[in-house]
Amino acid sequence: MPSAWNAERAKEIIAEHAGLEGPMLPILHGLQEEFGCVSAAAVPLVAEALNLTRAEVHGVVTFYHDFRREPSAPHLLQLCRAEACQSMGSEDLAAAVLAKLGVGWHGTTRDGELMVEPVYCLGLCATSPAALLDGEPLGRLNLDKITEALEEARVP
Amino acid sequence: MTRIFVPKDAAALAVGADKVAARIAAEARARALPVEIVRTGSRGMFFLEPLIEVETPRGRIGYGPVSASDIASLFDSGLMSGGAHSLRIGKPEEHPFLAGQTRLTFARCGVVDPLSLSDYAAHDGWKGLKRALEIEPSAIVAEVTKSGLRGRGGAGFPTGIKWKTVADTAADRKYVVCNADEGDSGTFADRMVMEGDPFALIEGMTICGIGVGATKGYVYCRSEYPHAGKTFSEALLVAREAAYLGPNIQGSGYAFELELRMGAGAYICGEETSLLESLEGKRGIVRAKPPLPAHKGLFAKPTVVNNVLSLVAVPTVLDRGADFYAGFGFGRSRGTMPIQIAGNVRYGGLYETGFGLTLGEIVDTIGGGTLSGRPVRAVQCGGPLGAYFPRLLFDTPYDYEAFSALDGLVGHGGLVVFDDTVDMVRMARFAMEFCAIESCGKCTPCRIGATRGVEVIDRILDGVKPAENIALLEDLCHTMKFGSLCALGGFVPYPVMSAVRHFREDFVPRALAAAE
Repeated sequence: MPSAWNAERAKEIIAEHAGLEGPMLPILHGLQEEFGCVSAAAVPLVAEALNLTRAEVHGVVTFYHDFRREPSAPHLLQLCRAEACQSMGSEDLAAAVLAKLGVGWHGTTRDGELMVEPVYCLGLCATSPAALLDGEPLGRLNLDKITEALEEARVP
Repeated sequence: MTRIFVPKDAAALAVGADKVAARIAAEARARALPVEIVRTGSRGMFFLEPLIEVETPRGRIGYGPVSASDIASLFDSGLMSGGAHSLRIGKPEEHPFLAGQTRLTFARCGVVDPLSLSDYAAHDGWKGLKRALEIEPSAIVAEVTKSGLRGRGGAGFPTGIKWKTVADTAADRKYVVCNADEGDSGTFADRMVMEGDPFALIEGMTICGIGVGATKGYVYCRSEYPHAGKTFSEALLVAREAAYLGPNIQGSGYAFELELRMGAGAYICGEETSLLESLEGKRGIVRAKPPLPAHKGLFAKPTVVNNVLSLVAVPTVLDRGADFYAGFGFGRSRGTMPIQIAGNVRYGGLYETGFGLTLGEIVDTIGGGTLSGRPVRAVQCGGPLGAYFPRLLFDTPYDYEAFSALDGLVGHGGLVVFDDTVDMVRMARFAMEFCAIESCGKCTPCRIGATRGVEVIDRILDGVKPAENIALLEDLCHTMKFGSLCALGGFVPYPVMSAVRHFREDFVPRALAAAE
């Protein structure tokens, strides 16, 4: 579970990486790992430490798909939508998964437990359709296998 | 102690390799059998994953695809001595899929423990570095140039010439950057190297650093590859500990340090200048060229930016010599290419071979046609920016020049096979949609063009003035191809136009239906 926002802890994380060449991405990854997101409160701290404007930091945070502005649900399912998975029916599979969970892309289930995101290639293209569930790879997927994996991860 | 090898490659994990390993350990314990489980990379025969191998006096015997529920019956059949079982494939290297390959770059992958220095050394590791330390830096660059090695990331630019440019540019600091932002669908070779043979990449980058006079290297790995990142960072620690990285490489006086950086989910960061911006901590916006990264790259210093596969080919070139490497291949495409056969295909995986096989041989003979059993209709070559090839072009030799003559791409070596249920209008639309999602936004043809492209294809799908809209789409593609700053907007016309050109029957019925 990510920790609650703590400016002092955030400053420590920033300081840990500030000595690197090009420290921005390592800092943002560090913050997201700790707090589950790069919140608006973190932006001025990063800006000050790196001698940048807040706008510049905001620009970086919002450029990359990975960085969230608020924490995601405790569980994250990333379904691959790239061509190799499409050739094995991933679009129909995704539609079925989303319908079963009652969410759209980037949506969170009503109980707040699971967020579903699209991802474009996981490098599992010879065992497609593929997905990551909480960072663990899943391949040769069908609706039953996803349902089983979600149950194992204790989500509806 | 009997050694049993179980892959921990992400694709093997995706189909249950961890559960298989756990069950082997439990079953061996229950039967009081002395078993050591060694986790390896993948052999690249993904249709057989999880593929386990047991070490016997006659060599390693493979079984696959194994699931956890097969383990008890495998032990009953004498797994420990390579006994008969319906999943037994015999010696993996004698399996037709592997036996036909020329494995130079991937010789160790799936065979060795990726983090064992002794395994690496026992399988020809560090020999390229040893030779590099014996010759002059300029001789290293000359050897790579002579080998004919071309950038395996997609552009196919001669690696040695890039290195020479950096070597000849005077600067107080130079960099080697490895592009491990392998975002193309249908490709996984970089991931396999980083998970299965990470020391090879370290060795290749170190040789490059010595050759061009760089003392610092970065590997930029995409965040969608958490397992590759983890294995590679562990390998860095091991290599540093053994002085294969650091201020004095193996007592040679050369210094080279290497750092892993993770991307943050932006396809565009696979474009080299955008990657450099990202490494510097900025938005991954493409730079205009010139200046070339070889002159002004990372932090405005001369920088070699090479793909993983280019860099891991280098130890072989140094160890076996340029002529050996150049002895494989076809025309101006020298050496071997790790072809990645993916998608709806029966025998999907990594097939390393000299250039020159035909596309049809790769897809039909090696790949065995579709997994669904339906006819192969289209093959997308070279990732989301590569053309769709119809069966009619299956006699095309797999070679940079032959592909580009047909507006196609070898790219990073990925092939995605589709059966006859594919709707090529949808695939063309997806190419535009993907470009719109991933565009960095710097140049107008890509940023606006991709969105307009989706809209135009939507009109074709809806049957609105199809003939006019197909003409408009062709015109838009022309603008994007010649007006975009980088290969994202510049190449997205390849999949789109190849769909229009070779699969017009998917576009035309909608035009006819609309006319009625």
